[in-house]
Amino acid sequence: MSAVVTIEEVERVAELANLELAADEKPRMQRDLNAILEYVAQLGELDTSDVEPMAQVSDLLNAGADAGHGEALRPDALWPSLDRARVMEEAPETDGAFFKTPKVIER
Amino acid sequence: MSTETLVEKPAKISSLREGVASGATTATELAQHYYARIEAHNPALNVYLALSQEQALEQAGAVDLAAAKGDPLGPLAGIPVGVKDVLTMQGVAATAGSRILEGYEPPYDATSVARLKAAGAVILGKINCDEFAMGSSNENSAYGPVRNPHDLERVPGGSSGGSAAAVAANLAVATLGTDTGGSIRQPASFCGVVGVLPTYGRVSRFGLIAFASSLDRVGPFAGNVRDAATLLEVISGADERDATSSRRPVPAFAAESDKGVRGLHIGIPEEYFGAGLDPEVREAIEDGIAALETAGCIIKRISLKHTRYAIPTYYLVATAEASANLARFDGVRYGHRSAQATNLSSMYKLSREEGFGAEVKRRILLGTYALSAGYYDAYYKKAQQVRRLLAEEFVGAFAGVDAIVTPTAPTAAFKLGEKTDDPLAMYLADIYTVTASLAGICGVTVPCGTTKAGLPVGMQVLGPHFGEAMAFRVARAVERAQMY
Repeated sequence: MSAVVTIEEVERVAELANLELAADEKPRMQRDLNAILEYVAQLGELDTSDVEPMAQVSDLLNAGADAGHGEALRPDALWPSLDRARVMEEAPETDGAFFKTPKVIER
Repeated sequence: MSTETLVEKPAKISSLREGVASGATTATELAQHYYARIEAHNPALNVYLALSQEQALEQAGAVDLAAAKGDPLGPLAGIPVGVKDVLTMQGVAATAGSRILEGYEPPYDATSVARLKAAGAVILGKINCDEFAMGSSNENSAYGPVRNPHDLERVPGGSSGGSAAAVAANLAVATLGTDTGGSIRQPASFCGVVGVLPTYGRVSRFGLIAFASSLDRVGPFAGNVRDAATLLEVISGADERDATSSRRPVPAFAAESDKGVRGLHIGIPEEYFGAGLDPEVREAIEDGIAALETAGCIIKRISLKHTRYAIPTYYLVATAEASANLARFDGVRYGHRSAQATNLSSMYKLSREEGFGAEVKRRILLGTYALSAGYYDAYYKKAQQVRRLLAEEFVGAFAGVDAIVTPTAPTAAFKLGEKTDDPLAMYLADIYTVTASLAGICGVTVPCGTTKAGLPVGMQVLGPHFGEAMAFRVARAVERAQMY
């Protein structure tokens, strides 16, 4: 662990996360990421080779005592959705039926 | 200190409700009284971001009409409450403390909000918090920090700092907050109020603007333990709209909290009393433990030896999940869209760059890094493995004790600006709270003495999965001891 993050890596990760960092933000983020990664490197002290990763606590809970926890199927029935016109009111740009964005494919 | 006047304990829910039911007061008068207090004190505290006066007075009028007719009243009939601004409420702006959602008005109520309303509560407005609930001081809000009513130069804690400060200053009788790594418990401790972390699955998250979905929980703040239990009873239970909500029956938490504590086994984990714990906080908590012993509890020293790995584990798991959850803020369906964008890609990037604050970007970057090819096993998978060790350690401990008692935070409220330049120092404010978050267990923070400077100290009472009733009982005993 304890990799050292370069400015180029900060830029690469920002690209993956769809963030356009300002020039003055990059060194600050680099400094903070390195400090945090150095700190989390202590997890390497633990031998976890036999430990199953746990993504959700629900798999710890006794399934019998908690019937249906997190895995129940709900009835396959129609129920009302949000009103389309009301939802579209919140969009930055819309034609009433669809969300509008700048062109996806440029020629 | 001249700010002393900003601290005021709310009246008990039972007496307010009785007043409304008997006609001694009305829900409308109560709401107006609270709006007058908000007008007087909100400028100094910056608690409320939006007021829902019209809806509140309509609801209060309906409660008053029902009371006048002698109709049955809900458990929170006429009770003025506030809601953290990461929960949606129809017809009132929801910002999540972020510029990226400025002006967004959600078209639906969060389930927890709908359940408060159905119980007769009068929702006064939406309450300030750290942006997307990311922070431990409320200083990450795009709408300015909340101040601690006990000392305006100090933070209220975070991320539900406004929800805690609102109860401490009696700008609401009770509030809802959310807790991902300590965001209810730590501010409750800093502001001298009661805060509840329900078990994962106990309360629906439908309508919660998500931060880290395997950790996020919705819970109440109140001026006393019984009132917090009353609120939890109202908001708990299965919800068809949240597949992670549990179908377990919801106990009568308020009545359960009335039970005594004689003969209960209380675990004290040594790892929560080590280096970094402020001596005055330690002293207050040790006094609280002594009070539990006097009340007939059996105190047992225990060890949770993986505790020190909780913060690094938490900041990997939470940021990884946040980086995925916050991908939805893209300037397409709601919220901010950059005016500078020239194509689709620059619209995404610039909207997010302009809309998100520094801490949110930092966490998105860290989470994206931890999930990216080449680092996934070393960071995200490793954190998930350690998470299991931490969770199993709690399950093992609860085989031998009924509840576990610790300080909620290593210090009392710190000063504004004290930690803003050092994210790691800020993260360590959550050192005693994140482990319960990772394990999915429940907890109640209850006021437990003060420092010499008069700042509140909170005791964290942790219960096992779905053991809130036990945590409430123990917290009640600590509360009773404070009264003498």
